[in-house]
Order: sequence, then structure tokens, then C-alpha cells
Amino acid sequence: MTSLLLFGASEGGLFDFDATLPLMAAQVVLLTFILNALFFKPVGRVVEEREDYVLSSRSEAKKQLAEVEKLENDLKNQLKEARKAAQKVVTEAEEDSEKLYKEALSLANSEANASREKARREIDAQRDSALNQLKSDADKLGDLIVKRLLAAK
Amino acid sequence: MGTSPFDLPFAALEVGKHLYWQLGNIRIHGQVFMTSWILIGALLTLVVVGTKKMERDPKGVQNLLEFLWDYIRDLARTQIGEKVYRDWMPFIGTLFLFIFVSNWGGALIPWKLIELPSGELGAPTADINTTVALALLVSLSYFYAGLSNKGLRYFEYYVHPTPIMLPFKIVEDFTKPLSLSFRLFGNILADELVVAVLVFLVPLVLPVPVMFLGLFTSAIQALIFATLAAYYIGEAVEEHH
Repeated sequence: MTSLLLFGASEGGLFDFDATLPLMAAQVVLLTFILNALFFKPVGRVVEEREDYVLSSRSEAKKQLAEVEKLENDLKNQLKEARKAAQKVVTEAEEDSEKLYKEALSLANSEANASREKARREIDAQRDSALNQLKSDADKLGDLIVKRLLAAK
Repeated sequence: MGTSPFDLPFAALEVGKHLYWQLGNIRIHGQVFMTSWILIGALLTLVVVGTKKMERDPKGVQNLLEFLWDYIRDLARTQIGEKVYRDWMPFIGTLFLFIFVSNWGGALIPWKLIELPSGELGAPTADINTTVALALLVSLSYFYAGLSNKGLRYFEYYVHPTPIMLPFKIVEDFTKPLSLSFRLFGNILADELVVAVLVFLVPLVLPVPVMFLGLFTSAIQALIFATLAAYYIGEAVEEHH
């Protein structure tokens, strides 16, 4: 037993070293092992498991987010293409209808022209025949007048 | 008794008196062990209760324990370094927790209500034996850490960066435990004495701010001791190039 008495007392004092020192050291070492088993290891396991879980969920979420963005882009592209296709269909349809309209118009025009021509020709023919008729009638009438005048003489 | 300052009339406080327990032919300070067992018991109860049912979503005491664990891990990691801090974290943490519960337990629990035949109950860290024991454990730890990590190359540390440092580094090996133990011992004992003297002189109101200051000092001393212990270990395992 070492008893270092700095404060003059035959026993005790502030600097009274004795077997308390090694026993306290042993007690703290023992406490270290107990706390390691009861506190540091289990709590560390839980905390690190949670950290791993958070990390992996984070990367998982990042991956999913990237996938979502990719899908969104795909869909956007698809939408764009669909719009383009629709636009094309609309213009084609417009062109078609324009063409049909033009064709129908020209057909109608030519039909109208033809019937007008026909009518004109008929009118001409009728006028000619009427003129001929009139001419022959006038000739007949002339002849008749001449005959009558000659007869009266 | 000589003429120590503790013999003045106001200090009817029992300074430097111990409750001796005789174990065979050795004697120990009973009051130190009594308080340390009570406080260690409280600490272990808290730990056992908090780790009984641990979940990923922490509840109740588990939160406190995880906070402490994280705090100690940060302390150990910053001072010791990423590589070996795991090996030393339990030791640093035990130092911190033991000193912290000792300091606060000594300040917060009304030990005076328990009459002892000799001496009085108080913070275990207000006894020089406890603090020297802790400081020597730190010394052994950093020697062990250095030697186990770097073998004999550990002694390069003594001539780093120049051999002129050798005597200073050797002196440091003695001053480190000395300063560690006396800083803790002096602070906690002084705090207890100041509070006791103030209570003795002015029993009302006035001691309260000093008590709060004492709690603050106690927490800081626990942190300082643990941080320095970790720093010494970190210094011993650090690689010089």
C-alpha cells in the first residue's frame, strides 16, 4: 500500500493514493467492456444499419427518378411524333379535299361549258332552220305575189 | 494536521477525509466506490433500458443513446482518424460517459443527506485516485495504440520532425497524464468546494448560479478529458511521412 500524504495528515488528505487507484482503473476497464457489449456495439449496429438503409433507399430513389425522367422523355418524344403525324394527316387530308374540290370544280365547269356549247349550237341550228324557213316562206310568198300579179294582168 | 487552507474555520467541509474499507491488507476509499457504483448502475440501467427494444425508427431512450453514440463517434473520428477510430471508440466513449455521469452525479444528487462515519459522498472524479487511474489508462492506451499500429516505428514519433524534440517528447509522456488527472481533479474538487463554501456562507439563492456554472464546467471537463485522450491516441497512430 502506497500512501502519499502531501497534506500532512497522518491519514487521509487530498492526495491520498492507495489501492483505490488500481481498482478504479480495473473498474473503468471492466466498464469499457460492458459498455462496448451493451451500448457501443448494439447502438452502432442499429445506427449503421439505418445509415446503410438510408443510403440504399436514396440511391434506389435516384435510380427510380432517373427511370421516371427517361420514361417522361420517351413519352414526350412519342407525343411529339404523334403530333407531327397528326399534322401530316391533317395537311394530307386538306390537300386531298382541295384536289377533289378542284377536280369537281373543273368537271362542273367543263360540263357547264359543254352544255352551254350544245345549247348555243342548238340555238344556231334552230335560228338557221328558222331563217331557211323564213327564206323559203318569203320565196313562196314572193312567187305567190308574182303569180297573182301576173294572173291579174 | 498542518496549516493547510482546508483547516480554516469555514471549511468544516470534510476535505481530504475518506471512508476507508479494509480489504485484506489493502485499503480503499469506500465513498468513491459507493458513488461510482451507484452512478455506473444508473448509466448501465439507462443503457439497458434504451437498447432493450431498438428499432429503425428510434423511440424514447433510444434517441438519447443514439445521440450519445453519434456524438462519441464524431469525437473519436475527428481526433483519431478514419482508420482506427472504431477500435478506440468504446474506450473514449466510456471515459466520456463515466466522467460525465460522475461529475453531474456528484453535483446533482444530494449526497449530503447520507451520513457516513468518515468522509462524505461526492463525485468520484473529485478523488485524485480516480483521475490518476483514468489518466494512466489513457497513457497505456496511446502507447498500446502506437505500438500495435506501427510496431517499433512508433518511436519515430519521438524524433519527429527533428531529434531535438526527443527530450520534450519524453517529458510529454509524463506531463500528459499529470495534466489530464490534475485538470479533472482540480476542476471537480474546486467546483464542489466553491458550492459547499457558498452554501455554508449564504445558504439561499446565491449558490444557484455557481451550481449551474459547476454543471457547465463538469460537462466541459468530461468533454476535454475524452477529447484529449482521443487526441493522444490519434497522435500515436498518425503516420508521419
